[in-house]
This record gives sequence, structure tokens and C-alpha cells, in this order.
Amino acid sequence: MAAERGLELVRELHRAAGGHLPPFRTEEMRQALEEMRALYERNQADVSEAKSGRTDLIFLIRFRHCCLLRNQRCLLAYLYDRLLRIRALRWEYGSVLPNTIQFHMSTEEVEWFNQYKKSLATYMRSVGGEEGLDLTQDIKPPKSLYIEVRCLRDHGEFEIDDGTTILLKKNSQHFLPRWKCEQLIRQGVLEHVLS
Amino acid sequence: MAEAYFPVGPGLGMEENFLSLDDILMSQEKLPGRAESALPRLAVLMGQGASSAESIPEGSKLEIPLWLAKGLHDSKRRIISVELPKIYREAWRTVFSADANVVDLHKMGPYYYGFGSQLLNFENPENPEIAQTILQATWGGSVLPVSDSVCSLQTFIARFRRIMDSSQNAYNEDTSALVARLDELERALFQVGQKGLNDFQCWEKGQASQITASSLVQNYGKRKLAEVDG
Repeated sequence: MAAERGLELVRELHRAAGGHLPPFRTEEMRQALEEMRALYERNQADVSEAKSGRTDLIFLIRFRHCCLLRNQRCLLAYLYDRLLRIRALRWEYGSVLPNTIQFHMSTEEVEWFNQYKKSLATYMRSVGGEEGLDLTQDIKPPKSLYIEVRCLRDHGEFEIDDGTTILLKKNSQHFLPRWKCEQLIRQGVLEHVLS
Repeated sequence: MAEAYFPVGPGLGMEENFLSLDDILMSQEKLPGRAESALPRLAVLMGQGASSAESIPEGSKLEIPLWLAKGLHDSKRRIISVELPKIYREAWRTVFSADANVVDLHKMGPYYYGFGSQLLNFENPENPEIAQTILQATWGGSVLPVSDSVCSLQTFIARFRRIMDSSQNAYNEDTSALVARLDELERALFQVGQKGLNDFQCWEKGQASQITASSLVQNYGKRKLAEVDG
């Protein structure tokens, strides 16, 4: 009782450090909402009794109300913090999330992610002239147009703007345009080599 | 450097942030209190009693979480009254004024400062002294009205100096010994200091323009390996 499940959800999220997204706990969420519903119904019943004279119930009603508010707070904070983590994923990972992460999200969260992607894309298209401005690029100020990269794992073929394809095999080094590789570096496929 | 996850931080001063995970955990900490009237069926509700007819008699001592204390408390004290936990009382205040640095604040309740600020919400004649001891001066926005009473060196100011020093000078070391005795607020400050130091060192080495794999992504990669192995 007393909002234990809601608190457990919050604790789990707090423990997951570094913005990591743990799986969505549908079952615990459902139980917490069930608890809230039961508290609410009992309060409704007691309020009508209290109005007809039983003042000793007022404390109980107040107590249940506190529990309801507490549950509400825990659940809202849980959902909101998860959304913040999912939003961070768009900026750190890119617009396509790997399946392992998608399994951790509920359907509504996947829906929210898609909407967020769309809003971000619309916004990026609207700034910076005709082709828009990709805000997720150049997170650090660039020093040169082309950069030296080393491949950390096999990634297959990679096509660059002038049509040539490059085979990304482990430990191969290439000299590539910055804007093509930034995504792959952030995902850990390539490594930026400083000369 | 460019980590995109910005969680809701804990509130400053006497207000909590509703959506902050830190504040929710902090308000779960328990307070000693006293029942001002007979509380029916509280034992069952708090998970302590078995029979549903049991009621806690008036005057008995309770330990309730902060959120419940805030919800049930009112100025006329009809339901419960709260007392200060012992670490905020006179005896401990003299310990802090003697030397604040030796106290293990993590053991005292990992949210010493946050919880202390919340206690000011309950009227208590010792509030100015508590505030003086814990908070004053560092929070520019919410300076509390304190009396001129000569209260020796405030805990926070006393400890802050050492936190700042150690966070700026511990580069690439194991800092667990340093942070073991800090409460959550101090740990957050320590981490901010460390991050600043690391960013500066990175810039000095000329690595500031190097694109790095996002640490978020790296963490996911490590966990995936762990799942496959385990």
C-alpha cells in the first residue's frame, strides 16, 4: 500500500544511469493504476458517509487522498523521465533505433518517438534556407571537411556522394567527408582518428 | 560532451520539483511524528497491523514518510505533529559547527540538504537556526530571513570548499573514497566539477574537435553483450 509500486518504478528508473532506458513495466503500471482506482472508490464511498455525520472518517479520506496524489506523482514522473530518455535517443542514435531498444518501449512511446522525429524534421527543414539544416550534425565545432576514420567493426558497403562505394571492414582506415561519417562515429561503428 | 539526456533536477529551497525523481526519493525519507488524535485503521494502511479494527491511540509515536507528513500536517495540528529528526537538532548542530567536514552525510540520510530544506515547511521555532546551519548564502535566489544569532560556520559552506577542491584536482583517479561521505546534492556538485575538469583536459590535449561515440550508445552496446552472455 501507500504507493509502493509507483515508488519502485521511480527507483528503478533512478538506478538506470546515463540515460539508459529500461524495459517498460506494463504490469507494475497496471497494478499501480489499479491501486489508485481502489483508493478512489473507497474514498467516494467514505465521503458520502462522512457527509452524513461520521467525522472520524475524515482522517482516512485524507490519508487515501495523499496516497492517490503520491501515486499520481510517481507515475507521471516515471512516464515523463522515460520520454526524456527517448528524446535523447533521437539526438544520440539517429532516427532509426535498433530493435533491442524498441523492445523496451511501449506502443505509445514508439508513437511519441515517431511524432517527435517528424516535428524535429519539419523544424530542421524550415530553418537554414532551401535544404534545411541538420541540427544533429556537427555537435562539436568542425575543424576540417574531410576526416580520417578507422572502422571498428564490419559494416558492409558505404556509398559517398560522388558515387564510389567503400567497403567498411574492421580496422580499415579511410579519408571521408565529415558529414557522411558523423552518424556512424556516434554509433560506434567508426572511430575518428586524429593525426 | 554533448549528452542529450537532461533529467528534471531536484528543487531548490523549500519547493520540490514535482517531476524530479530525486525529489520523489527524497520525500520518501521518514520523519518522527506523533499522533494528535486516535487514528483508525492506520496500522493496516501503513502495512503494520493485521486486524482492520486496530487504531493507533492518541499520543503514540510514528515514523512517517515526508510526503505523508506534508499531506496530513496543518497548522492546527489536528491529526499529526512532526518532530525534527535528531541530525537536525541542537546536538548535531554543534558537531557541524565544530568541523563539518568529518561528518558522513551519506549515512545521515543521503538527502541531507534537500530533506532539511523541506523541514522548514513545518513551523518550528528552531527553523532559522536549521536554515542557518544548512543552507544560507549559497542559494542566491532564496535567501532566508535569519536572525543575527551568531551561528558558527555553516555546514554547506564549510564542506563546499573541500568538494570543489577535490573535484577539480582528482583527474583520472578512483574517486569513490572522496564521494563516499557526501550526500546526493554534494555528489551532483562533485560530478559537475569533474565534468568541467575532464572537458578542460580534453580541450588542452586537442581532443575537443574529435567526434566521439556517444556514451549512451556505448552503454547500450555493453548491456547488449551482457544480455547475450548471461
